[in-house]
Amino acid sequence: MNPVSYQRASSLSEAVQMAETSRLLGGGTNLVDLMRKGVEQPSRLTDVTALSAAIEETGSGGLLIGAAARNSTVAAHPLVRTRYPMLSRAILAGASAQVRNMATVGGNLMQRTRCLYFADVAGSRCNKREPGTGCDAAGGFDRYHAILGASSACTATHPSDMCVALAALDASVRIAGPAGERTVPLVDFHRLPGDRPDLETVLELGEVIETIEIPASPFAARSGYRKVRDRASYAFALVSVASGLTLREGRIDEARIAFGGVAPKPWRAHRAEAALRGAVPSAEAFMAAAALELADAAPLAGNAFKIELAKRTLSAVLTDLTGDDR
Amino acid sequence: MSKVQNAIVGSVRTVLGWMPSQWLPGGTPDPLIERRAAIGRQASRLDGPLKVAGRARFAAEVAAERLSYATLVHSPIARGRITQLDASAAEGAPGVILVLTHRTMPRIESPALISMSDFSAVGNSDLPILQDAEIRYNGQVVAVVVAESQEQADHAASLLAISYARAEPATRFEEAKAKSRTLDSLLIERNHVSVGKAERELAQAAYCVDNLYRTPWQNHNAIELHALTVFWEGEDALTVHDATQMIAPSAAVLAKIFGLKKDRIRVLSPFVGGGFGGKGLWDHQILAIAAARIVGRPLRLVLSRESVYRIIGGRSPTEQRVAIGADADGRFTALIHGGHSVMPTYGACPEAYTLGSRALYRAKSFEILQHHVDLDVVPNTFMRAPGEAIGSFALESAVDELAHSMGIDPIELRLRNEPERHPISGAPFSQHARRQAFTDGAKRFGWERRVPEPGARRDGEWRIGMGCATGSFPYARMPGASARITLRRDGSAVVACSAQEMGMGTSTVQTQHAADRLGLSVSEVTFELGDSALPAAPMAGGSSQTASVAGAIIAAAEKLVGELVRLAGNDSPIAGLRAGEVRLVDGGVGSIEDARRHEAYSSILARAGRDEISVTATGKPPLEMLKYAMHSTSAVFCELRVSDVTAEIRVDRLLGSFDCGTILNPQTATSQFKGGMIMGLGLALTEETLFDERNGRIMNPSLADYHIPVHLDVPEIEVIWTGIPDPRSPLGARGIGEIGITGVAAAVANAVFNATGKRVRELPITLDKLL
Amino acid sequence: MTIRVNGTEVASPDDARVSLLDHLREGLHLTGTKVGCNQGACGACTVLLDGQRVLSCLTLAVQADGREVTTIEGLSEGDGLHPLQSAFIEHDGFQCGYCTPGQICAASAMLRELAEGVPSYVTADLAQEHVSVSREEIRERMSGNLCRCGAHNGIVDAIFQVATEKAA
Repeated sequence: MNPVSYQRASSLSEAVQMAETSRLLGGGTNLVDLMRKGVEQPSRLTDVTALSAAIEETGSGGLLIGAAARNSTVAAHPLVRTRYPMLSRAILAGASAQVRNMATVGGNLMQRTRCLYFADVAGSRCNKREPGTGCDAAGGFDRYHAILGASSACTATHPSDMCVALAALDASVRIAGPAGERTVPLVDFHRLPGDRPDLETVLELGEVIETIEIPASPFAARSGYRKVRDRASYAFALVSVASGLTLREGRIDEARIAFGGVAPKPWRAHRAEAALRGAVPSAEAFMAAAALELADAAPLAGNAFKIELAKRTLSAVLTDLTGDDR
Repeated sequence: MSKVQNAIVGSVRTVLGWMPSQWLPGGTPDPLIERRAAIGRQASRLDGPLKVAGRARFAAEVAAERLSYATLVHSPIARGRITQLDASAAEGAPGVILVLTHRTMPRIESPALISMSDFSAVGNSDLPILQDAEIRYNGQVVAVVVAESQEQADHAASLLAISYARAEPATRFEEAKAKSRTLDSLLIERNHVSVGKAERELAQAAYCVDNLYRTPWQNHNAIELHALTVFWEGEDALTVHDATQMIAPSAAVLAKIFGLKKDRIRVLSPFVGGGFGGKGLWDHQILAIAAARIVGRPLRLVLSRESVYRIIGGRSPTEQRVAIGADADGRFTALIHGGHSVMPTYGACPEAYTLGSRALYRAKSFEILQHHVDLDVVPNTFMRAPGEAIGSFALESAVDELAHSMGIDPIELRLRNEPERHPISGAPFSQHARRQAFTDGAKRFGWERRVPEPGARRDGEWRIGMGCATGSFPYARMPGASARITLRRDGSAVVACSAQEMGMGTSTVQTQHAADRLGLSVSEVTFELGDSALPAAPMAGGSSQTASVAGAIIAAAEKLVGELVRLAGNDSPIAGLRAGEVRLVDGGVGSIEDARRHEAYSSILARAGRDEISVTATGKPPLEMLKYAMHSTSAVFCELRVSDVTAEIRVDRLLGSFDCGTILNPQTATSQFKGGMIMGLGLALTEETLFDERNGRIMNPSLADYHIPVHLDVPEIEVIWTGIPDPRSPLGARGIGEIGITGVAAAVANAVFNATGKRVRELPITLDKLL
Repeated sequence: MTIRVNGTEVASPDDARVSLLDHLREGLHLTGTKVGCNQGACGACTVLLDGQRVLSCLTLAVQADGREVTTIEGLSEGDGLHPLQSAFIEHDGFQCGYCTPGQICAASAMLRELAEGVPSYVTADLAQEHVSVSREEIRERMSGNLCRCGAHNGIVDAIFQVATEKAA
């Protein structure tokens, strides 16, 4: 790890000021690891964990979560558990209890891919680390890589569970910067790689994540998060599905679906949602919607199984959510 | 590993076969088999309070003034040369004391390779250690950086500028198979076994299976990182606190490499945070010791987890063919097992995956032969049940496949082929109750609830299956194990040797043993280990340590009897009795015939005016291994669920039924068995070292990306045993450290087949192989 | 700035790169906290930071400034053993003993989380305020602590015993 200086931001404006010349440090669960590996080499760190960690209701029945709130705090919060159970479940599916106690919501949004070649500074080329140098994941171990939204430059996936639920819940990200504040829908917060896989989010230099806002949700009763992985716990997703829906007169009124583990960003399944609107719940309808969403999937040598896995997992989640016992 | 070795081992076996058993160690059963007090009793580990309080001191935890810290730099290419090396930036970085490269590393010999003829040789490879500019595998150490702090050393390591000229490496298994080597021996066994005409029998068999099985690279992943703290006193005296499972052999080898007198080197390793075969003597100890000598300060090297993967080899991948032919009654007419595993020419650890196939079943014909594939890789080494853990996956999957094709119960098929003597050598079993292990296990597990037809049991989206398998692991007792017994005037005893405690319970169990051997209570006995200054014990490996150390304590106790009889003199109640007529009992020496003739140790020592009496002895040569067929065996049962949706596998139940002789401490033994079985779950379902064949680089050198089982992967495991003593081994016990993992992968794979009808012949059984 | 470690004020390191783990082990010679991966992947370095279980390998020591750190050495009051420590011995919840301090520190925090009704991924009904103790709940919640010797059954049994005794 390179020598680094450490400072704490005590206010949002201070953080914005410091952000121009330093890297922001939340729980450190990803950044410190990447610094030790040499992937990240900041010379200055700004600890932003003293910024708002509040979880409070908005006037419109939604929820506002401070970027410094710990993942575990969000998952255990009564309002999250009762109104957005899929978010609780998604957070609880991620990492370990220790990591969730450390990781902040803002940091979770900013976490970087777990691509093995991205992490291997000494031995592998990576366009995300050094644009234009090449990608050794191509032709290498790509089992965890993307089937949707990737580019020839980069096929790495975004590893977050929490963000998958936030994408399905139409969350938005409040950002403070030198030029003032702005709000970005979470689904637009992360970029697809294109030819610049190093640019992972829309954050500009000096910008700081302030809060996450989740609008009021009618999905609490019928929502869930299912994660499929290589171990029963404490492993990144091969495929995950966050979904919530409402029924009216035996038909699906509205469905929200997002995939994790299949794309460079949390993958909101707009096509599948559209296909399901007004549909009578059935295994056939679910599989058809899943197939539509995955029609453009581009498998790599080692991850073609994800297409079938994603379809089946989505269908199973929807079957569960539309069951009579809900 | 030569024809000569085969001839020697063969003729020794022939001679021993003729020799009356009374002449040999184990010829007369150990009297303690009948006379146990502490042995066999449930006892919590004596080092438990230290461990739960975090006060057990491991190798990297020895404090020192002016301590320096080292870090390693690895080659990112597999083959080639260093063409440029600029260390100036690293040397100029804050806190840096030394940058050691092939230019500045003292010229040293590499350690001698592990050998079956010289048990003090422990090298995993004979490659030069930082001696030249050649790169021989991806991950090889190219520099050592020493600094005032770990952070400074790690940072400076990143500043080394090294250029390489790349050469074409041999890193592709499939390509290298064409040039594989076939050696004459396999450990102490002949490599090629050919009995009858197996291929012809197979072709004519009423039933047969013939398939290829594949197993991946794996790493030990002890949670404690390899680490050592080094102290030089001048240039000629060395103390090393090392995390090692071979204390005495390491001390001997290091003394040779660094030109030290044997009494001027001390290796200490009282606690080892897991070994599993990986904590041997590797490059890092030699590099750290060399660096410490140069800097003239105490030095600590804790390998990063990445470094462990880069320079500590693991289990070799294999491609195995198993073919079994059977007649209409299911009796094996042919058993063919062979294939390829990796062992570089500079390595020494063959992955002996066919050993189990020589010991488990009777067959009319056998054809067994292994080939070694030479790759440019970190030298592979032994990992828990080397050979057997993965060989049993292939063999026991094949047996299950045969049973399925014949429509008979897989246990029944196994029992029909149960041998009466060793199937190849014809040697008698010392004790063998695998049949009982199977029947007891099946009953306890509820095997009768298994539905033979695959895919027939369901619970919601889950398909449920049961599978079983058997395992066999050879008994071993290492030659040359020594121990010292010191009796004190207060009646207490200290028993000491340089054994290793990696969590097997050695210190606890040998305390129990020594107490019984000396006729004392456990509280009166102290067992010391973990220090090369103590009488030499062999390495901990091959499930041999308990028997080896026990054999040494037996020899020392025999010697002690003689000394005590002499010391007791003519005024003792035991006066006139010869050594053969007394035994150690009730805190003293007593007549075997007449219980009234007894004198306490304290009394003998007091009368002789002695504060203590101390004897050291070496265990008798382990000739019992060669005269008898001695194997720990098992029957493993698994019940699991496979999701119809995601193909995720959840193991619900696992039961191991073991036949391993006397169980010395039920609590620590249960933990050993379970530990092996859980590593077997990892082997079956999740573990794989990702070796990128394009450049020979390990791509998942991390506990996040190499998946060992987590708590949620591990069900409640049941362990039972026959407990029948082995009349030929010390205490009646055979090894238990490696039999636990053996057979588990096959039991899981067979249960997956029973659940789904899908046969996966390649480990690990990840969900993508079932979708 | 200072860190409170097991009730004692200690200086934080000058070098901001120093992890809390290295500060404890190398700086303060509190070697009960173990280093297993330095990658945030094994849990051996688990300590309590203001009562919450965290990984000290991914925590910079300077981040702990002004906060309270409890390590295995500070877990029990006085010289006696914490109930979890005794239960680990009783159930043989370890072999080599290396992951053990991390398991025990994690378990102590986990018991409190359970008592507070904090849910886990395997909790069926997230809306419920109380979580009932089960081996499956313990397994999921302890999955961040790897054990290679395979002492999982003993660890879970030890924790289950303490959890249910507490509740009783």
